[in-house]
Amino acid sequence: MSLFLIAALPFLGALFPALLIRAGRNASASAAGLTSFLAFVGLMLHAPAVFRGEVIQVGVDWLPALGLNANFFLDGLGFLFASMILGIGLLIILYARFYLSREDPMGQFYTYLLLFQGAMVGIVLSDNILLLLIFWELTSLSSFLLIGFWKHLPEGRQGARMALAVTGTGGLAMIGGMMILGNIAGSYDLSVILQNKDLIQSSPLYLPALILILLGCFTKSAQFPFHFWLPHAMAAPTPVSAYLHSATMVKAGLFLMARLWPVLAGTPEWFYIVATTGLVTMVLGAVIALFKDDLKALLAFSTVSHLGLITMLLGFGTKIAAVTAVFHIINHATFKAALFLSAGIVDHEAHTRDIKRLGGLRHLMPVTATIAIVAALSMAGVPPFNGFLSKEMMLEETVHTLWGSSQYLVPGLALLAALFSAAYSFRFIGHVFMGQTREDYPAHPHDPGVGMWMGPALLVVLVVLIGLFSATLAGPLVAVAAGAVIGGADLPYYSLKLWHGVTPALYMSAVAVGGGFVLFKLHRPLAAAWNGAPRPEAKQIFDGLLRGLTKLSQLITDGLHNGAITRYAAVMMLFIIGLSYYAYSTGTLAAATRTVQSVGPIPIIAWFCLLVATLAVVANHRQRQLSLVLIGVVGLVVSMGFNYLSAPDLALTQLSVEVVTMILLLLALNFMPKDSPVEAPVWVRVRDGGIAILGGLGAAALIYVLMLRDFSHPSISEYHLANSYKGGGGTNVVNVILVDFRGYDTFGEIIVLGIAALVIYALTEALLGSRVRAYLLNRKPDMPQAGDAHPMMMVVATRVMMPLALMVAAYIFFRGHNLPGGGFIAGLIAAIALLMQYMASGFSWAAERQRMFYHGTIGSGVLIAAATGLGSWFSDMPFLTSAFGYVDWPPLQEFEWATAALFDLGVFLAVVGAVLLALESLARFAWQPGMSSEHAMDINPARDDALAAKGEG
Amino acid sequence: MEILNMEFLLASAVGIVTAAGIYLILRRRTFPVILGLSLLTYGVNIFLFATGRLMVNAPPVLNKYAEVPYTDPLPQALVLTAIVISFGMTAVVVMIALAAYLSSKDDLIDMPNHPEDEGENA
Repeated sequence: MSLFLIAALPFLGALFPALLIRAGRNASASAAGLTSFLAFVGLMLHAPAVFRGEVIQVGVDWLPALGLNANFFLDGLGFLFASMILGIGLLIILYARFYLSREDPMGQFYTYLLLFQGAMVGIVLSDNILLLLIFWELTSLSSFLLIGFWKHLPEGRQGARMALAVTGTGGLAMIGGMMILGNIAGSYDLSVILQNKDLIQSSPLYLPALILILLGCFTKSAQFPFHFWLPHAMAAPTPVSAYLHSATMVKAGLFLMARLWPVLAGTPEWFYIVATTGLVTMVLGAVIALFKDDLKALLAFSTVSHLGLITMLLGFGTKIAAVTAVFHIINHATFKAALFLSAGIVDHEAHTRDIKRLGGLRHLMPVTATIAIVAALSMAGVPPFNGFLSKEMMLEETVHTLWGSSQYLVPGLALLAALFSAAYSFRFIGHVFMGQTREDYPAHPHDPGVGMWMGPALLVVLVVLIGLFSATLAGPLVAVAAGAVIGGADLPYYSLKLWHGVTPALYMSAVAVGGGFVLFKLHRPLAAAWNGAPRPEAKQIFDGLLRGLTKLSQLITDGLHNGAITRYAAVMMLFIIGLSYYAYSTGTLAAATRTVQSVGPIPIIAWFCLLVATLAVVANHRQRQLSLVLIGVVGLVVSMGFNYLSAPDLALTQLSVEVVTMILLLLALNFMPKDSPVEAPVWVRVRDGGIAILGGLGAAALIYVLMLRDFSHPSISEYHLANSYKGGGGTNVVNVILVDFRGYDTFGEIIVLGIAALVIYALTEALLGSRVRAYLLNRKPDMPQAGDAHPMMMVVATRVMMPLALMVAAYIFFRGHNLPGGGFIAGLIAAIALLMQYMASGFSWAAERQRMFYHGTIGSGVLIAAATGLGSWFSDMPFLTSAFGYVDWPPLQEFEWATAALFDLGVFLAVVGAVLLALESLARFAWQPGMSSEHAMDINPARDDALAAKGEG
Repeated sequence: MEILNMEFLLASAVGIVTAAGIYLILRRRTFPVILGLSLLTYGVNIFLFATGRLMVNAPPVLNKYAEVPYTDPLPQALVLTAIVISFGMTAVVVMIALAAYLSSKDDLIDMPNHPEDEGENA
């Protein structure tokens, strides 16, 4: 099975449990289980090749320019982790089917679980660190959903948030580290990075990259001082805890340290950061675990401690320590998953996981007790179980490790941790399963059905078998995985067996187990002392830190965004002006290469009109209707200017847009106050005037200077002029650019226009559905109304104009490819033709006679444009390549057809629909009961009742 | 009339319209701000258009029969869509302004909790 498929299967399968939950919980669980099983089988098919030492690679170049390739590879290390993730995942799916109660949304649970599984498999199979980072973030997100699965529990939500905050922050740091690493190595592909040890370690950026990457690993793997999120994540359902904290999420950090071990390890920096952190975490976790009364909290801190152990081993940087780390990863996954699952069974059956309320369970639930006791003995490091083997190898390594110049520090602390580790394991056995049966359990405990204990039982069988036959069973896996960690070098000599002879490690193991037992017996007085001693509470520190950060960001945000939009605008303008000034003062200005052109009297008059009209708009802006008229003058002068300066298309567009905009603003003004009060004090107005003049001067100077110089690079305009007729079949170059060369832009543009119209429609709907509607219905006009709402002359004139205007629109549309015109302008003219009817004959009269559905018009326009573009695919051309030809129709002249015309039709329809939908929406505000007359004209000589009706009114 | 050349006229027109637009954008009521945006749009459109340099009587419509100069068609195509899009933008802004006014009976653009706002009924 392709590695792509293995990584993708959980994601694909994640769809099914949520969908199949309607078919029952068994169907949902089976879908999840089948998905994991298929992926697991797919992985196992690669096992022979992996054990032969081959590395399986697949990949596609996804975004090669960014170095982001979808490359996957499978070597021993990836195989080890992937099989743990998928194998234990399978057991968890089985267990969760029986663990979750009827009230829990099981479909959701399995979907989240599979998403998480997919993300984890992605991490361990990625050959590209950018891809790995994506999966890394996905595990943070999906674990957030899983930890907070019981949304009704505040601890669940807080725990999930804390986990996300801590691991997410670490992930951010890691992105930085990975970027640096990729830059040093010159590639983001792991297989390349792993070959460049010397380059990376000699780089001055090695230390920053190392620290950033380790931040990601330490937060994920709950290393001190980031260990506090893990116990809080225990609010999750037990299957989640078992999955996340035995085999997957927290092992992701370890995986990454192991993965990058060949290039990062072996330096003093690596040793002192990683090994020390691991050592501290190991001791701290073990000590705290002994004093936890909650079964899951005990296991959580024990997990922290064991993660510290593995981190420390990786930190030693020696090959044999790396082998031991790999071996302990396997062992920890087996016994810790079994322990979590049995703790879940106890909780499920006894309805409590408080150790103080438990005891004597071995009589009531013998199967669970057997499973849990074997697993706990393995955790304690008691022979012949697998935990003993790797723990002894670990102790052996510490003996050979110098910290600074001290020979005793590392083995001493490791022994201390092992001692406490044995003690809490004994406590787990002694205070839960041993002792007398009690009468006061919250519920009567008994062994669960086989579905629940099957998973942990299988794991415990592994615990025993690996312990007894380690070299046969785990040997090959350890060999290939450790070989991958070490990175191609020969494996050091080691032997996986129970009896290594009388070594220092054996003494230490014996001391640990014996001392642990003593500690366990002394638990009661020790716990009293521990609980009496003051210690920092991580959650309070974390919450305080978050509160402080929130307050700080609030302070900054509120300081900058105080709701005074006018001030934002002023700040923005000043910033732009300042930036432009900076660019001007630091840049150079080439000498002018063009000369100015002389100008006749008419442009000067037009310029003068523009000047006067603009100043008048500013001077009269409080009288809103007057300023509308004046701004219309500005628009007209601009259109004329375009026409004079060889831009007939622009002139036509500007003119028709001007008309539509005026109608729109008048419609809006109908409902708004007709004048603005004088508010700003004089100094504010002077200040604003100053900003405005600065901005205006800047813009004028920039364009003046620009117009007197040629382009510093050759323009692409020549290409358009040369190819417009040859390639686009049209002589109006502007139109050919719009529908052909830059057709894709235009396509986006009409979509934007359509969206704008829909936004307006949606706003109208929302507004007319609110209490505003009542206000509108009862509104009294604030201005005197015309006596004649629909004057006859105007009605008649617009009706005569209608076919003419539509004809003009058609004419403009058809000639657009060769002469000024085209879909945009024709659309605007057609819209104006229809608007005239609304204005003259009244909204309801026009709406009744118009069978046009504007949403549909916009949609069909966009679809026609898209279909035209897609059409070129059928002739193997890129999207929106236009085709054209000429036909001769005998009575007519030579007639051109071009697919571009069809595209222009789409533009036309979209523009008509958008303009009309926008204006129609606004017009709907004016509707009041009783205002729609059934006649279009107030006075109509052809109508008999007209006079009578008027007489009454 | 050395100073009154075409480039100067156009550049000063851009400057005037832009300055008026900025001034109106800095007002406190929605309507003048909308007018200001419209004026600024003119300014920006003319600016973009002028990057193609100015030519009289040289529209970019190919002449099949004679070799004639053409002005730069590219800025024109850009500005054409800009004009249409700015209509869409104006329409949305107008609609938002109207909705805000009808909902709160107040057409101040600043947020109401801002200390500079005196609660004034329009």
